[in-house]
Amino acid sequence: MDDILTWLTEPAHWSGEDGIPQRLLEHLVYSSVAVFIAAVIAIPLGLFIGHTGRGRFVVVNVAGAARAIPSLGLLFIAVLFLGPRLSGDAAFLIPCLIVLVVLAIPPILAGAYSGVEEVDPAARDAAKGMGMRDFDVLIEVELPCAMPLIFSGLRSGTLQVVATATIAATAGLGGLGRFLIDGLSVRDFAQMAGGAALVALLALVVDLGFAIVQRYAVSPGLTGRTRVRRAAEPGPSPDPALQTTT
Amino acid sequence: MTWFTEHFSDVLSLTGKHIYLAGVPLLLGLIIAIPLGWLARRYKALYPPLIIGTGLLYTIPSLALFILMPLLIGTRILDPINVVVAMTIYTIALLVRTVADGLGAVPESVNQSATAMGFNRFRRLFTVELPLAVPVISAGLRVAAVSNVSIVSVAAIIGVPQLGSLFTDGFRRNFADPIVVGIVACVLLAVMFDLVIVGITRLITPWQRIGKAA
Repeated sequence: MDDILTWLTEPAHWSGEDGIPQRLLEHLVYSSVAVFIAAVIAIPLGLFIGHTGRGRFVVVNVAGAARAIPSLGLLFIAVLFLGPRLSGDAAFLIPCLIVLVVLAIPPILAGAYSGVEEVDPAARDAAKGMGMRDFDVLIEVELPCAMPLIFSGLRSGTLQVVATATIAATAGLGGLGRFLIDGLSVRDFAQMAGGAALVALLALVVDLGFAIVQRYAVSPGLTGRTRVRRAAEPGPSPDPALQTTT
Repeated sequence: MTWFTEHFSDVLSLTGKHIYLAGVPLLLGLIIAIPLGWLARRYKALYPPLIIGTGLLYTIPSLALFILMPLLIGTRILDPINVVVAMTIYTIALLVRTVADGLGAVPESVNQSATAMGFNRFRRLFTVELPLAVPVISAGLRVAAVSNVSIVSVAAIIGVPQLGSLFTDGFRRNFADPIVVGIVACVLLAVMFDLVIVGITRLITPWQRIGKAA
């Protein structure tokens, strides 16, 4: 324990190319780029599937099957196949990013899809009854109502990415995983455990950040935070199928 | 494919280790999650801390948790027991909520009937509430089983042998065959775990089938 604190508080570990701030920044950049790309693909697709009911079968099975695929194996296969076709840093950066995106898509897709599907049919009917067009129903009624589940999808997708970005250090990627892998190769347990503590802390902080954003992004009418309803119903409990980790 | 036929016995023994590392935590996690889920259900004040607390454990990336395990339980670094305990923690994290929600879904009238028939709390839990919660718990267990099989492979990085070792081994030698075999074996194993849980669930909830046939 003391060794880890010594490692974490050593000023030399807080500066330079392989310092903690630099590694943390790399980790955040990889993760946010991957989650962003995955969200741009998966949220519209999930909304579409939830709204039309088309391709429902595919989503349910893809989301389930994706969980069974070991991310470490996928990562190595991607680097082995794509690496030789790319040069320089891109040789591992691009394959790793692709894998991160691929792993983040199923939970985000499942969240967006089930969010729309579980919208109270009465709300949908009311919107149609008011003369809203199909697209407006989706954007102005279903999307806001689906927010809690979209967020839980985003949260589990992000955690999956943060975790996989850590193990991607074995394939040469930067980020906080470097401390774990480099420490392991020289049997420097303080560095390994210090890095592991930072990774765990990062995951917790990111998840907390999502919880806070979600609090303000989700309509108060859904969360039961308003006092309008006498008995606030508990929000939709996240489907266990949305939870993933690596 | 020749690689696979030549190394069949190695793959088999790694599969055995994988089953152990993913399966034992599944059973341990279930056994621990049942009383925790019951507590969360029985005492409302305990529900948020138990659910949030176990949820936080689930956010910790697996590689980090494997490495931090010796600090938490005082084991040797890189000991396979670290993986078993870490996987048990993940299983508990997934199942506590499932058990609590499953027990919560038991109709109140059924509970009251059991009480009226003179069942004490203990007997009611084991002969009425838990059996009725089996379908919900089983759904959570399936998710935990499939993700356990996938997460365990990460332990190859810290040198704990199982199917994930095929990944690290293939990558080190720049050789795709073992990696592909490993991925396929992992997926098959996940399907196998899933089928076993579905099968056991069907066996212990015969009323579900009768209900459907009628």
